[in-house]
Amino acid sequence: MYGGGYTGEPEKKQEQAQDDPALLAEFEAKIARGEKIEPRDWMPVDYRKQLIRMIEQHAHSEIIGALPEGTFITRAPGFKRKMALMAKVQDEIGHGQMLYSAAETLGKTREQMFNDLLSGKSKYSNVFNYPAVTWADVTTIGFLIDAAAIVNQVINSKGSYGPYCRALERICYEEAFHLKQGHDAFVSLASGTPYQRQLAQDSLNRWWEPIMHFFGPSDKMSVHSERLMRWKVKLASNDDMRQQFLNTYVPKVWELGLTLPDPNLKKNAETKQWEFTEPNWDTFFKVINGDGPCNKERLAVRKWAEEKGRWVRQALINPKEKYTLPYA
Amino acid sequence: MTDLPEAEETVEVEHPEGWITYEVFHQKKRGTQHTHVGIVHAPNAEMAIVFAKESFARRGATTNLWVVKSEDVTALDYDDSDIFDTTPEKAYREAGFYKTRDKIEQLKENEGHE
Repeated sequence: MYGGGYTGEPEKKQEQAQDDPALLAEFEAKIARGEKIEPRDWMPVDYRKQLIRMIEQHAHSEIIGALPEGTFITRAPGFKRKMALMAKVQDEIGHGQMLYSAAETLGKTREQMFNDLLSGKSKYSNVFNYPAVTWADVTTIGFLIDAAAIVNQVINSKGSYGPYCRALERICYEEAFHLKQGHDAFVSLASGTPYQRQLAQDSLNRWWEPIMHFFGPSDKMSVHSERLMRWKVKLASNDDMRQQFLNTYVPKVWELGLTLPDPNLKKNAETKQWEFTEPNWDTFFKVINGDGPCNKERLAVRKWAEEKGRWVRQALINPKEKYTLPYA
Repeated sequence: MTDLPEAEETVEVEHPEGWITYEVFHQKKRGTQHTHVGIVHAPNAEMAIVFAKESFARRGATTNLWVVKSEDVTALDYDDSDIFDTTPEKAYREAGFYKTRDKIEQLKENEGHE
């Protein structure tokens, strides 16, 4: 899924590292020509730093994002839904694995990344700090959160770093199934009994604000990252991605006769842009900085898994082998 | 799960000694080539195959997998890619370069026979 939900300010201007100007010019020319950067190429210090941060947090989002859905496997209605949900959860963990590998090619070990997640130093997509209360929430996640993630990931797969692009292409291919099964499950509720429709509507009402938060604060609020755009680390602004999402998916909710809890949500016929009530960004920053409904539980589950799984990893130690960075 | 650690508790992941990376090559069906698809972490080649199956054979056809230790890959440096810049004109290595039929037609025309 679960790519790239906004996880904080991308960079602070004053912290820019100084690179060799000749190498930098060559690097930028390569990107301008549309060539990909590979792990053993020279790259600016900040390019490496930003990519590690971005890919690592994307990986964490896949792993943490599977938690609210994983707990619903036993409660999914019917055998087919259980099968689909199991496959999806397995995919998400697989995506995490692929993304950790891609980040690792840049020089940060997997264990460092795990530790930064467990200590709270690294973030993950903020939507997963909210609980999935009913089965309808699972369908809303599969439908709309996966949809938002796909918007983000398709755009990022056109980036400049080879291993990340290759991972994203594979991820997007598998996400197509996640979105379809989520949409199908959501439509099943929406076309069911009045009670089922109500479950779907309540779920939309609960999730709309986190969904509006997904792409991060308005471009007016966030630091303009022109350099990251030039390096094709960031490829579209938060507002552009949100517009693209609204344009495709709001009609898909409305056609079911359900509503979204924002009376100002509409497409301006002249500007072709969606208008909406600005979500509460104070809530967003409060939650992403640790004070959301599920932050503590999510990390506690990860810590539990690390502790309980340790004996397995230790049993498989092979002291003859020495770790080197992977190739691709 | 009743025994979840406290939120404040620090849990550190140790570097699992001897877990290394393997490059994974995937073959769709007999007769096609193995293609590089990514890497897995594993303590040995047997476990690497198990993990590769979980990571890269979840859907679609797979008939075979290879794993190779990353450190056993010898790669050319991208900075040395200029060794491929030899003569720019290599058309003479292609079948289409040889317009023999034109010459035969010319010969027939000159000789005046069909």
